[in-house]
Amino acid sequence: MAKKNVKAKKTNTFWGWRRENGRVGVRNHVVILPLDDLSNAACEAVANNIKGTLAIPHAYGRLQFGEDLEVFFRTLIGTGANPNVAAVVVIGIENGWTQRVVDGIAKTGKPVTGFGIEGTGDLMTIANASRVAKDYLQWATELPREECSLNELWISAKCGESDTTTGLASCPTVGNMYDKLIPKGVYGVFGETSEITGAEHLAKARAATPAIGEKWYRVWKSYQDDVIEAHKTNDLSDSQPTKGNIAGGLTTIEEKALGNLEKIGKKCRYIDVLEPAEVPNKGPGLYFMDTSSAAAECVTLMAAAGYVVHCFPTGQGNIIGNPIIPVIKITGNPKTVRTMSEHVDVDISGIVRRDLTIPEAGDALIDMIARTANGRLTAAEALGHREFVLTKLYRSA
Amino acid sequence: MAAPQLLVHDKKDSVGVVVVEGLKAGTNMLCVVTADNSSFRLKTTMDVPIGHKIALKNIKKGDTVWKYGHDIGKAVADIAKGEHVHVHNLKTKRW
Repeated sequence: MAKKNVKAKKTNTFWGWRRENGRVGVRNHVVILPLDDLSNAACEAVANNIKGTLAIPHAYGRLQFGEDLEVFFRTLIGTGANPNVAAVVVIGIENGWTQRVVDGIAKTGKPVTGFGIEGTGDLMTIANASRVAKDYLQWATELPREECSLNELWISAKCGESDTTTGLASCPTVGNMYDKLIPKGVYGVFGETSEITGAEHLAKARAATPAIGEKWYRVWKSYQDDVIEAHKTNDLSDSQPTKGNIAGGLTTIEEKALGNLEKIGKKCRYIDVLEPAEVPNKGPGLYFMDTSSAAAECVTLMAAAGYVVHCFPTGQGNIIGNPIIPVIKITGNPKTVRTMSEHVDVDISGIVRRDLTIPEAGDALIDMIARTANGRLTAAEALGHREFVLTKLYRSA
Repeated sequence: MAAPQLLVHDKKDSVGVVVVEGLKAGTNMLCVVTADNSSFRLKTTMDVPIGHKIALKNIKKGDTVWKYGHDIGKAVADIAKGEHVHVHNLKTKRW
């Protein structure tokens, strides 16, 4: 079944779900969303009662404050608001913050109901929430799909377990896809603030205007000063590049950054710099989002911003998935294809053998995006990878 | 063209990347520069794993090492042409 030289066929449309706010989704999840760690058990019980719904447990939501709390709310609300989600049941320990998440999601027009556990207890909450979840599920499963243009997709990109083949093959493949689709109206995004170090002069120069480049540089510099300098115990040689990166042949952060930046192609210019999980509002185009370089944290933030398909170049074989958006794995490393084929959606190792060009690989990726949008489960979905990791800026109160 | 053993991003680079498994010392490698598809031969003097780098010329301790046509750090030991380049002889200029 593995394809050596994926031949792309031209596909310009897919069958998706058009949501109440006009955005197009490629999945049709009914999400049972805990406000906080305490409510995970009730959410998982509801998802167990109502087959086909999806609980998304996580570790936070208590005693957060300030900017950290704002990122938390943006991420939860954005996850529920994502067009891949048809309807949401929110369960929290108390009603106040639960309602804040419900109100945020309700702005999309999609069905959403919240339940507070205090004064009711787990068992009655689970019963009440299960009845609503069942109604939502039966409603969602009858929603018709409609033919949509590929150009309506919001496609995010972040690489992981990178090695030297990432910069030679899989990141340029994603870049080629962006160079082809962004001029047609697709929304793109890249992030990984710490991983631009060593290529910051190049990243700054890829802004659409000098003012946007300055905005980007302030975000990058703030990361250097407020995170790296404030918290480092020696240097970051043990974390960036990671041990996996080093095993794959990457030696320095500069080398890793130059490979990483291949993801934005040759022509694209980013038109704005987003806060973590911020929804882009400058229209179609490429965006930068201030994120961690850890795979699950970054993809979680991009999904919360409204991206519906993720392209994930990997060298050594990062196996990440996401609960609500399909994560397409692309690798150009023949060893990874040989040893971890069950995790690979697009094998472009022909690039390093010089029998596949980067434009051909870009077409193959676009074809896989269309097939994925049409319903093909990604390797990560088939294997049950649902990593949902909230970004924590500092300790809770 | 036969499949290369080593890929080089840019003419300016002083290192290339091994793209085959099980490369043995003494192999007369076919090397391709991806920027212009030009090729040359280079003999590696060490067994080098897939994905790891090999010096295209003699590099002196303290020299900048070039890849993608850009600075990727400095040599922290003398490196001879054909030798493995990695964390033992190349270090970031950051952090």
